Amino acid sequence: MTALLTADWCPYGKNGYFRKVEIYDMGWIGDINIDNVVIVAARFGGPIAVVRDRTKPGKIAPKSMGKPVIAIYSAAGNLISSFVWNSGHLIKLGWSAKEDLICVQENGEVLIYNMFGKYIHAFRMGQEVEDTKVIDAQVFFSSVGTGVCVLTGAYRLFFTNSITEPKVRKVAEIPGSPDVPNSWAVVCEDRQTHILLSKATEIYYMSESEVIQKSINIGNEDRIYIVSDIAISPCYKYVALYNSQDQLWIGTSNLRTNFRHHNMQGSGRPKQFSWCGSEAVAGCWDENIVIIGRNEDSINYFYDVPVKLIPEIDCVRVLSSYTTEIIQPVPKVILETYRLNSTSPGSYLLEASKQFNKKNHRANEYIHLVRKELISAVNQCIEASSHEFSPENQKMLIHAANFGKTFAENYNPENYVRMCRTLRILNAVRNPRIGILLTYPQFEYLSLKNLLDRLKRRRHYYLAIKAADYMRLNNEDGSTSILEHWAHYKVSQDTDKEQVALDIANKLGHASGISYISIAKKAVALGRLTLAAKLIDFEPQPALQVSMLLSLDKYSQALDKAVQSGNTDLINIVIVKMSHLRKSLKMSREDFQLEIRKNVTVYALYKKYCEEFDKEALLNIYRQEDDNNEVAACHLKNAYDPKNFSSRTALLESAKESYKKAKNDTNMILCEEQRRLLMKQRELEDKFKREFVDLSLQDTIYRLLMLTEAKTADEFRTMFRFPDRKYWWLVIESIAELGNWTELERISKKKPILGYEPFVQICLKHDNIYEANKYIDLVKDENKIQYLIKTKAFTKAIRIAEAMKDIDALEYIRAHCDNSSLMDVNSALTRLTVPK
Amino acid sequence: MSAHLSRGKLNIGLVQEQARKELLDLLDRCQGSKIIIWDDGLSGPFGSIAEYSLLKKWGVKVMFPLRPGKLKLNDVDSVIFITRPYLKLMNCIIDIIHGEDNSRKIKKWHLFFVPFKSLLCEEYLKNKGVFGSLTSVEQISHCLIFPFDNDLMSMEIESAFKEFYVESDPTCLFQISKTIVMLEELFGPIKRISGKGKAANQVIHLFERMKNQNDNSSPTKYQNVSQIDQLILIDRESDLLSPLATQLTYQGLIDELFGINNSVVKLPAEKFAQDEGSKDVMKPTDDKHFMLNSSDEVFSEICDKNFSAIGQSLSRRTKLISSQIEERHDKSLQEMKLFVAKLPHLLAVKKSLGNHMTIAEMIKDVTKSDEFGDLVKNEHEMILGSIGDRINPYVEDLMAHKADLVKVLRLICVQSIVSCGLKSKVLDQYKRDIIQTYGFQHILTLTNLEKAGLLRTQQGSRSFAVLRKTLKLISDDNSGTSSEPKDIHFVHELYAPLSVRLVQQFVKPQGIRNLNDVISLIPGSIADFTIDQKSSPFPQRRGSINSLTDSAKVVLVFFIGGCTYAEIAALRFLSQQEESNAEFVIATTKIINGNTFIKSLMEPLVDS
Repeated sequence: MTALLTADWCPYGKNGYFRKVEIYDMGWIGDINIDNVVIVAARFGGPIAVVRDRTKPGKIAPKSMGKPVIAIYSAAGNLISSFVWNSGHLIKLGWSAKEDLICVQENGEVLIYNMFGKYIHAFRMGQEVEDTKVIDAQVFFSSVGTGVCVLTGAYRLFFTNSITEPKVRKVAEIPGSPDVPNSWAVVCEDRQTHILLSKATEIYYMSESEVIQKSINIGNEDRIYIVSDIAISPCYKYVALYNSQDQLWIGTSNLRTNFRHHNMQGSGRPKQFSWCGSEAVAGCWDENIVIIGRNEDSINYFYDVPVKLIPEIDCVRVLSSYTTEIIQPVPKVILETYRLNSTSPGSYLLEASKQFNKKNHRANEYIHLVRKELISAVNQCIEASSHEFSPENQKMLIHAANFGKTFAENYNPENYVRMCRTLRILNAVRNPRIGILLTYPQFEYLSLKNLLDRLKRRRHYYLAIKAADYMRLNNEDGSTSILEHWAHYKVSQDTDKEQVALDIANKLGHASGISYISIAKKAVALGRLTLAAKLIDFEPQPALQVSMLLSLDKYSQALDKAVQSGNTDLINIVIVKMSHLRKSLKMSREDFQLEIRKNVTVYALYKKYCEEFDKEALLNIYRQEDDNNEVAACHLKNAYDPKNFSSRTALLESAKESYKKAKNDTNMILCEEQRRLLMKQRELEDKFKREFVDLSLQDTIYRLLMLTEAKTADEFRTMFRFPDRKYWWLVIESIAELGNWTELERISKKKPILGYEPFVQICLKHDNIYEANKYIDLVKDENKIQYLIKTKAFTKAIRIAEAMKDIDALEYIRAHCDNSSLMDVNSALTRLTVPK
Repeated sequence: MSAHLSRGKLNIGLVQEQARKELLDLLDRCQGSKIIIWDDGLSGPFGSIAEYSLLKKWGVKVMFPLRPGKLKLNDVDSVIFITRPYLKLMNCIIDIIHGEDNSRKIKKWHLFFVPFKSLLCEEYLKNKGVFGSLTSVEQISHCLIFPFDNDLMSMEIESAFKEFYVESDPTCLFQISKTIVMLEELFGPIKRISGKGKAANQVIHLFERMKNQNDNSSPTKYQNVSQIDQLILIDRESDLLSPLATQLTYQGLIDELFGINNSVVKLPAEKFAQDEGSKDVMKPTDDKHFMLNSSDEVFSEICDKNFSAIGQSLSRRTKLISSQIEERHDKSLQEMKLFVAKLPHLLAVKKSLGNHMTIAEMIKDVTKSDEFGDLVKNEHEMILGSIGDRINPYVEDLMAHKADLVKVLRLICVQSIVSCGLKSKVLDQYKRDIIQTYGFQHILTLTNLEKAGLLRTQQGSRSFAVLRKTLKLISDDNSGTSSEPKDIHFVHELYAPLSVRLVQQFVKPQGIRNLNDVISLIPGSIADFTIDQKSSPFPQRRGSINSLTDSAKVVLVFFIGGCTYAEIAALRFLSQQEESNAEFVIATTKIINGNTFIKSLMEPLVDS
């Protein structure tokens, strides 16, 4: 069995091997003749674009009316799509890193299609390119994405580093006489884009700003030759040059270091010249592929059919009309595990496992051999399995790993589990129906996320979701984004809007972290507005719903959603947008008001908004609603706005009328009285040159009394029905304030309307105990003790209380008197309480 | 995490930690030295999340308040506005950005909204051409509610009650719902939800909606162990009386008399003994700031007691501490070492005792006055129903002497509420009196009070009398002032807050069913239901959890429209009762008192 495993190995160099693995029987058998077509394949086992080679004779597809047909196949040769090329003269095809087809036209226009032949976008390489025409082009991978470089008929080079944000740069002029270059290639290293170009006998290393002429010594110095072919390795680190004397030069892409010279002696110019990973150069002479190691050796593979070489990062894909094979150096771990007489732990473990399956006792011996290195043995088997393409071999190695695992203590199975899962995914995507030819190193390089993107792009949604779940991706990275992609596709495909929205909602569920808005935006972009509206309904985030509906001018729905959310900010923004529309007359008054009044909260918030920004509108609304109380309130607020000072009386009158309509009699009267008071106050201001406006009635009267205008004050009292009690308080207070104690005494004799307590109080307030004592005897009996205390006449208070036999009063005195009277109180209390 | 926050049954420190992390993460994204320009309404509350010293470590050089007009800004790399999403504040931002001198070092402007970004504000800034100047616009969405103490959180929305009941603007309800969602994320799903009042019901509705959306998307975000057993939403509408009644607990009185903002009271410094160590001379006009929360051991003991009972506590503590300090004599070296270790703590307690004695003296100066005594007496008479719906002569006298309008309005509103409205003649008379005394500019204030239901004309029913009796709102044994009260009446000496009585009913396993007739006299519909734990995606571990926490269930009481320190004291009192089976955690839109409550509803036509 071991012999079988190494059957397709070819020895290479001292300890190495190359292997050739057949992967696919091509689905295109019978349709494609490799010799007569141009084949362009995307990296990482991506799709293959095929177009008839116009330089060669061949059958023309009848429907195409002589125009070229571009057919896109999966790596397994199954047709994905085909379309008739209707644009200008096609110079070159290429694939972007995102597996979009790049078509460069003679006029410098670059068109991008997806693998289903759907046009995505286009850009131009500039006027100069258009004028001088493109004669050759190359697609390359820069640090910012996929780039395109063109060579014009005037032998100038132009490139852009990114096809998504194309910024065209012009490469410095090629020195010497204008002539077609023999060969050229793009080198992208360290964020710098350079062109390696050979013309006549020279080699130039060119950038935007400078041209460096490189002199390298390929063959015999004395003989003149030209470099006919340049091949850059997929990693852009190495270059291979082939000259007219059939000599090969391999070195670093900056041409500074040389690894190897090799003479092909009379082979002639290769039909294809490229790399096999970065380990070796692969050249194709007729039906013969020669793998020339970077440092040593070479291997010949003979084919009996025409083939096409496609360089990958770790191998070269060999396409023929019938099969796809890969040629690659045998990975070290495979080598160690499989090679005869290998003493690596993995090899022993594999053997042990095989013997165990045969129920042979030698299994034990092999296990003993690796006992000490069991963990690395297991790891070796696991790693080796990753480089296998046939499930049987994978199983064999995984079984071995599993077998070894049972003997290992504390083995962390994480690696093992992950590899099992990864292998399943890889096998699934390599299946010809899917047709992604991905090696394990390529998978590692791409990452799982990128692989899922590839599946999404091929519309293998189901597999993508299963893979994401199987690899235990969280929803955000996995199923959610896949479903979203599916929904976007769905939106652009199906025509029945109800059904699409429902389908999407059923599949995606409510609020599973999916942005329905982004799906809806897609629908809008496709002009499917009703479908978009339906999709918005499913969006769980109200803020997104509202913004989206607003951008679609669906105000009514936006308002509904805002109200449902309870978020007043959203309601406000809709109101503001609508009132702008209303102002620019894009919305009728009826429509506007209908919306605003649909809901209590909306109405309330609109009023609040108007309060700040549009008082006029507010008044109108209240008027229409016959909410006269509020109309009055508006008038009042206006009346007291400083800029309406002069029209205040009129506005008070309006407020009064509104209150009257509202049958709010109290406020109506208050307004009317205020209006009259205001007019009177203005008169007073004129007369006394003092401020009266904005004083209350009470303050007005008091100020008049302080101005000793008792007569006018009294007029105000009667005019505004000011209560007598309060009026007299004011009188007394003002007199006391003015210090007119004789006047106070005079009044006390005339008008005891308040009783005499206020007289005592007011005197005390001005700390005039002398005056207070004048009135103390006139105070009503029930209040007398309290007032006596206030005037600090404790002895008298005690006497009266005792006379009245009022124990409570004595207690009260005790609580409030000073220390000198304390004894008196106590003795009075004893006299009363102790029975005689 | 501040230590005093995490001592309760619910670790409120988590709320702080989460908000702080979000703030600091956002600050990290702004480069270099920073200036923060604060919305006035936020700078205070944010003190409970990240103190200035911490912000300094994050490169904050200076902080300014956000005010209209230009601002001279030092040379820094980043200027950060932290603001609520109000258009008025956007104007201030525009002023500042436009006022910036171009010749100076170019700054990066950042705008952090609290708690949520606003499309409206962004649109406004775009229209004014300022939006483009902002390097980043973010939101600090976890600063919905600010942790004040180990059982107390406040959203610090001053005008919540007015917004909803006068202007029908439900903004705060949305934020409350979001807050509850956030609390669920921190403390696990709530098992039972009860509520009373219009706003409470709307909040429940919104909350369930949001939860449905969240459930589907990311149930993993949730804590799966329920730490909150019940949520009780109390709508201020269902008890308007309690905020108006004069609070007579220590903390309540400090708030009534001096005002507490974000747990801090400012008092004139000259009243307090200077720190012995500090040499810097304080100007007599300087205010001294006192942080009032459970990190102060002395305060935490007396804050919820009736004021008349705290003298005893303070003197007992004083004796204890002096004896402890005196003990230092006749000690062995070993004992002395222990004593020295304890000393800083003892000195801190001693200092705190001194401060609280001074504060108590200051309160006493007011409470012993006739003026205060008369006020409380009259208020009690009204609540007892002995004044009825006639003109209250005491109020009349107050107006005659032009006493503070807020005080007058408070009393009139109390009368209106306990009499279930005033006779229209009486109401008119009051209105007239107010206008004549304080001026016409207060007419809309009166309208607002009517809209809010604080003032109204009588509508037949005498529901308050029924409630007073059935819910025992009045103490029958004068135990209010005793140091060992038996019931919650002590917080107002006579009156037990109706809101807390409601909570007591809701906590019962059978809910309010038994008292349905009575409770229905209170405005607003009732909600009370258990969340079906089976349908929820969270594993129910009833057996294991309950056996551990069998003692008392954790009840989150959420006051929509604000609550008073007296209500807080009453709930804390209930938590501490032996027979109590509930431990209360309190959340509110704002801590209010009668004065701030009335002021929030005032709308004078002329600024006085």
